[in-house]
Amino acid sequence: MFRYASDQSLFLDVPPSNTDLEALARIPGVVNLHPAYQSVLIVFNPFTTTHEAIEQAASLTASAPSHQPRRHEVPIHYNGPDLDSVAALHNLTRERVIELHASAQYTVAFLGFVPGFAYLAGLPATLHTPRLPSPRKIVPAGSLGIAGDQTGIYPLSTPGGWQLIGHTSVELFNPANTPMSLFQPGDHVRFIPQ
Amino acid sequence: MTIVVQSPGMFTTVQDLGRSRHGVQGVSRAGAADPLALRIGNRLLGNPDNTPALEMTLLGGSFEFPDGAQIVLTGARPAAHPVYQLIEINPGGTLRIGPLETGARCYLCIQGGIAVPLTAGSASAHILSGLGPPPLKKGDALAINAPQGKPIAKPVPAALTAYQKTLRVTRGPQAAQFDETAFYSAEFTVSTDSNRMGIRLEGPAVPTSQQGQMATEGVPLGAIQVPANGQPIILFVDQQTTGGYPKIANVITADIPSTAQLRPRDKIRFQLVTNLEAQTALRLQEELLNQL
Repeated sequence: MFRYASDQSLFLDVPPSNTDLEALARIPGVVNLHPAYQSVLIVFNPFTTTHEAIEQAASLTASAPSHQPRRHEVPIHYNGPDLDSVAALHNLTRERVIELHASAQYTVAFLGFVPGFAYLAGLPATLHTPRLPSPRKIVPAGSLGIAGDQTGIYPLSTPGGWQLIGHTSVELFNPANTPMSLFQPGDHVRFIPQ
Repeated sequence: MTIVVQSPGMFTTVQDLGRSRHGVQGVSRAGAADPLALRIGNRLLGNPDNTPALEMTLLGGSFEFPDGAQIVLTGARPAAHPVYQLIEINPGGTLRIGPLETGARCYLCIQGGIAVPLTAGSASAHILSGLGPPPLKKGDALAINAPQGKPIAKPVPAALTAYQKTLRVTRGPQAAQFDETAFYSAEFTVSTDSNRMGIRLEGPAVPTSQQGQMATEGVPLGAIQVPANGQPIILFVDQQTTGGYPKIANVITADIPSTAQLRPRDKIRFQLVTNLEAQTALRLQEELLNQL
């Protein structure tokens, strides 16, 4: 259940949906959590606690999130630079790609990579798509991408290798907001074609 | 009191000890790349450890102090100034730092500290997210807080200011995917394409001993990722919070200061230690720091 990561961190190998991140964050000495699909990296202050103490406390935390999931409807202009090549790859029309993508309900698995980037699970199998062979140097903020069985929106202009199928003007990350990100783990997301 | 930026140098930001608790939002720690140098500078000035200072990279800037100030430079030594010594700047005086000689990052610590509004609990600039103050530019005027303590005149233990080119590491979560013997016998060159997000290394490609697929997972500070091209990347203070590349090793916390001081084209090696050795090294470092 636990794996060593560094002299100030360890993995709790359970999906974030099966743990209470807020309770983990309250364990004395815990300074940060980096959740992902199947694990939560727990970063602690090595001056005040140890791997063993964190393991003991973390194994006693609840196995369900305390966060109440929210529902988001995000308007999307399905006009991304890779929409045609994604359609061609799957032998679908543009319209069918849009219809499939917008018909699914997605769940925020976790936020990671860069600030506010939500990894959304629930992409229909027909749309599973490899990453670009070589990542773009700049992906504009608000770009909607797909990669493998995931979909997500780039909250900030960053490099990125996901295939871009659309764009939104919804603000996903703002340091002045609490929390800073619109999407939180466990939230449900639907895309509304514009 | 203020400090006026006449020239920012190559890349200068305000940094304290960073921002915790926002990893769930995808926001990494940021903070001083060399937290030890920042803490020493602050202690010499009678400031709390977390007091914000300027972190200068490779080429320091020029700063005017209309009201004067007591300052200490720490970390990499500039050509024209001593480090770890109190410097008194007269009112109207200008400090020209220039190129750094012994490492990559020098801290300009000021008695009282730089006064900037905290974002998410920290004054640190995190460039990717836009959290904290943007990098300094010519003409910026930053406020300086009133002194909270008195400077101390104590020699800094040499072990705290001696930066190493052999970084101690513990085994990474996917170490078994690699030929570790080859990794620990290799010499790597620090790429010019390195920054606060990651330190890219060039050298003999680290051989993979087994093909491994892994799920994206959280990455800690100092994680050494090895992408398919075999060229390692040390994830640093402005790092991404998750990653999908396997990690062969992780720099120990006590050697993060040495990592911060690596300059492009430096030759480095890695030395494997146990977690107990890593913790002992950190405790020894902290005991020496507490002499100040």
